[in-house]
Amino acid sequence: MRLLAHQFRTEQLVFWRSREAAVFIFIFPIMLFLLLGSVYDGRTDEGWELSDTLLVGLIGYGAANTAFAGLAITLVIRREGGHLKRLRGTPLPAPIYGLAVLGSILAVFFLQTLVLIAMGKVLFGAHVPERPFSLLVAVVVGALSFAGMGVAAAALIRSAEGASAVVNVIVLPMAFLSGSFGPTRDLPQALDTLGDVLPLKHLLDVIGGIYLENESVVADPASLSVVVAWGLAGMVVAIRRFGWEPRER
Amino acid sequence: MTAISVRGLRKSYDGVEAVRGISFDVALGEVFGLLGPNGAGKTTTVEILEGYRKRDGGEVEVLGFDPGRVETAFRERIGIVLQSAESWPNLTVREMHRVFAGYYARPRDIDEVVELVGLHEKRAARVKTLSGGQKRRLDLGIALVGDPELVFLDEPTTGFDPAARRNAWELVRSLRGLGKTVLLTTHYLDEAQQLADRVAVLRAGEIVSMGRPAELIGAGEVEIRYRRDGETVVVRTPEPTRALHDLTAAALAEGRELEGLEVRRPSLEDVYLELMDEDAP
Repeated sequence: MRLLAHQFRTEQLVFWRSREAAVFIFIFPIMLFLLLGSVYDGRTDEGWELSDTLLVGLIGYGAANTAFAGLAITLVIRREGGHLKRLRGTPLPAPIYGLAVLGSILAVFFLQTLVLIAMGKVLFGAHVPERPFSLLVAVVVGALSFAGMGVAAAALIRSAEGASAVVNVIVLPMAFLSGSFGPTRDLPQALDTLGDVLPLKHLLDVIGGIYLENESVVADPASLSVVVAWGLAGMVVAIRRFGWEPRER
Repeated sequence: MTAISVRGLRKSYDGVEAVRGISFDVALGEVFGLLGPNGAGKTTTVEILEGYRKRDGGEVEVLGFDPGRVETAFRERIGIVLQSAESWPNLTVREMHRVFAGYYARPRDIDEVVELVGLHEKRAARVKTLSGGQKRRLDLGIALVGDPELVFLDEPTTGFDPAARRNAWELVRSLRGLGKTVLLTTHYLDEAQQLADRVAVLRAGEIVSMGRPAELIGAGEVEIRYRRDGETVVVRTPEPTRALHDLTAAALAEGRELEGLEVRRPSLEDVYLELMDEDAP
């Protein structure tokens, strides 16, 4: 427990001390919300406030950006730099390290979500979620699933230089296709179908159900299972392929 | 007391034998050097002892533990300086030490360690502002902060300029002063000669020679050189007194001068190059 707390504090210190991480991972979704929120106004075809749907979209994008992209890049850089190998030589147990890294990522994402909701309320008149507990469960499940995929991506990416490019080529188009940045009704059929396969759209469905329609987190079990299935698949790849040592040897 | 005991250690990668049944012991408090060219099996050997790799065969005991079974209690008692390990660029020297001290049950005093590795004046500096040599000191500090009995140094001065190397040597000598056992790998002969109590010379996964640096040199023959009719003659002999006596007696009898007469003991470098040369595979 002492080790877990120590490593959690270390992860937080390292995260906030690094401007790149803080800007790219924490600020970016907030900045996008600010930009898109100023552009979009009015209601969707379903009759939702666009500011409300945008908030849902950016919470989902935040989950993918923080837990998937951020975690994958962090792990690849640490592995290739020999940092993970050095840690393995200390008495810090690997599961404790993994939990601390995950907890730290969740904390960052949680804070980001709070900022997004507050911003939505203050700037764009989005409403405050009426089922905060269901929303919390949904974002935690979503973040954990993306974290599983993030470790899998880290296991498959070979070099630190390519890590950021690879994950962004995945995350940004996925967020666009899933409707994180605005309505997708005008998308060509093929792209729409691609969006249906990816996990983010389903996570948005779950979060949207809770936030827009005041449903419970289990009201849409199909979407929730797609999200969880992606996460589990990621974990399987992660467990089979993730290594602690630099790849280039 | 032995800190490390290795018997018939073997390790292959994809069918290629990197380590072919080597044996050696390292006593507590000893500085032991594994010397050899790149690819001789030094790093493989050290990484098996550190617990990073599983051996294919042989017996290994490090501080009474089997490093093949990773145990926290084992990690508490060793310190590892890898060939390269990046630190967090935005943390300070002191913070890096504090972070790693937190992993151990009984760490040393952080400021004491920072002082020991000569980074006292840099304690509040961010890691990214350190020079290459200072980063290496930081690596050593991080390895020492858990107060280990045994320190592994994998090629501690590769890529250093001469001044930085001498500084690093001083640091290793200070480890001996602290009573630590040190296992170091190097492909620099002078480094092994300067630092190690005993050296094992590795070639192609086998130990080709082992002993104190002075013994390794003494085991070789003495070289006598002179010029005759403009050509250099080299005589190698285990009995230099007799050989020299015969040679000078003959020259005196003929009334000749032995031009450019030179008698020298081979350096560790000569011995090493000879070892590397002998029926190389």
